[in-house]
Amino acid sequence: MKHALVLGLIAAIAATAAWLPAAAQTADPTAAEFDKFREIMEQDNPAELFEMKGEELWRTRRGPKNASLEQCDLGLGPGVVKGAYVLMPRYFADVDRVMDAEARIVHCMITLQGFTYAELAKQPFSSLTRTPEPVSLVTYVAAQSRGMKVAAPQSHPKERAAYAMGKEIFFYRAGAYDFSCASCHSVDDKRIRTQPMPNFTKPEQAIRAVQGWPGYRMTGGVMHSVQWRLEDCFRQQRFPEPGYASETLSALLTYVTVNANGHVYRGPGIKR
Amino acid sequence: MRLASAGRLAVAAALLASCATPQRDYRADALAMMQRDFHAKGIAGMDRLNEDSVQAACNKAKDNPPQEVADKLQKEQLAAIKWPADGKLLGDWKSGERIAQDGRGMTWSDTGGVGGSCYNCHQIGPRESSFGTVGPSLYQFGKLRGYGADIQRYAYGKIYNAKAYNLCSQMPRMGHVGALTEQQMKDLTALLMDPASPVNQ
Amino acid sequence: MAEPMKIRATLQGDVADVRVLMAHPMETGLRKDAAGKLVPLHFIQTITAQLNGKTVFSADVSQAVSRNPVFAFKVKGAKAGDKLSITWQDNQGDKRTDEIVIRAGS
Repeated sequence: MKHALVLGLIAAIAATAAWLPAAAQTADPTAAEFDKFREIMEQDNPAELFEMKGEELWRTRRGPKNASLEQCDLGLGPGVVKGAYVLMPRYFADVDRVMDAEARIVHCMITLQGFTYAELAKQPFSSLTRTPEPVSLVTYVAAQSRGMKVAAPQSHPKERAAYAMGKEIFFYRAGAYDFSCASCHSVDDKRIRTQPMPNFTKPEQAIRAVQGWPGYRMTGGVMHSVQWRLEDCFRQQRFPEPGYASETLSALLTYVTVNANGHVYRGPGIKR
Repeated sequence: MRLASAGRLAVAAALLASCATPQRDYRADALAMMQRDFHAKGIAGMDRLNEDSVQAACNKAKDNPPQEVADKLQKEQLAAIKWPADGKLLGDWKSGERIAQDGRGMTWSDTGGVGGSCYNCHQIGPRESSFGTVGPSLYQFGKLRGYGADIQRYAYGKIYNAKAYNLCSQMPRMGHVGALTEQQMKDLTALLMDPASPVNQ
Repeated sequence: MAEPMKIRATLQGDVADVRVLMAHPMETGLRKDAAGKLVPLHFIQTITAQLNGKTVFSADVSQAVSRNPVFAFKVKGAKAGDKLSITWQDNQGDKRTDEIVIRAGS
């Protein structure tokens, strides 16, 4: 059934998107078709399999300390998972730092379970044969905020600093190709090939930086989190590599997430 | 009377205090943070985080630099263009199409050849519907502008260094940074400027 | 080895609309890994569904089906409280059974 749907949508895209010589389109019909596609695919999202895996991992005793993550404080108190994802990135006093969800999970895996940053950062992104534990865990945590409004806080000075620094990084052009995030993500209705680039400076589009992550990517059948997306963006920008779960990435995430505040998070997404 | 003076003194002191406390330089802090958090990988070294003159001018002015700054830097960028020694700017448009389609190169996961990545941002030939819209359409480039030597020179120059013509353009400087070879740029120029190219049908 | 399935059943009258998400690599045997070696054929070969212990659905599946597949079908004669169990078996001898209780108006 899905196969027929996909074929139908591809035909629709080919018919509507097709090119209009010389004219620049203001409302991109291709983007609308991809949105429809995503909505249908989200009905039975393989991300749910990773949600289930993440929940199991959360409750399982693991690591040198043989402890579960059930005492992990995601900002609402130890072990409180429901609603925590949409309240991140946020400041955590125990580390005196703003952390996004995955950085916080990594922190809990280190402090509660005894894993080291080095081993978690070695191969932090999914491949065809392996999904790293933090990816399943962040999928579980994110799913527990399904249907809730994004509300990344700006009450602590370090949260406001993270936003300001994230914004600086967002607009910083460098690298071999002179790209910044803004090169692709600060204008309306632009796409790279057929991939729409939402304008993250605008609230109603910034939600697209949050919605869809973590996301099941059908290309390769892998689960990816936003940490993967940011790393790959910098790669495509021809920059050097940002550190996994680093402050830089938490700051960037603070900028785009705060821009999306007020919009509803639909939970883990699905992607081409 | 005394209360009023004390009040005025307090206000003055408060004003002095706020002037004395510097505004936090978030930009400097962000750049320092990036220096700490990024690391070299593959061919992508940490030097790539440093702004060159063009990036610095565009970053400072949010891509809208003062005219005199733009004029000066554009002139410098233009002067640095290496034009083909044989004076010929048109190569083979069939190769040009392949180069335009190829988005590889210059990232930390690349080890081999570099493509133009042109379709990532531009509509170009009539048979490719998977084109980006970050840049303007190049369809019928030569047909619309004429096939003269001056337009050939503009096309080649733009591919070599887009910033020589528009300082804060989002288009990479494919020749200037050594991404594309002279032959590749000639082939791309032919894709746009050869009357026989499908782009100009 | 075999990861759990996610089973959803929505009752419309006496028809249960069932959707099953299965975790499986579904290797076609044609893919090469990073080292250039062919990844062995590994795919779900049969899926069966049982309602209260009675087989209501059985399918032979080919390796053309995608990774982490979704399987959807309808079963007539279902009611709230019925036990729906799904079993898959793959070509490497692995199998998995998961069960849900069909809820009213779900």
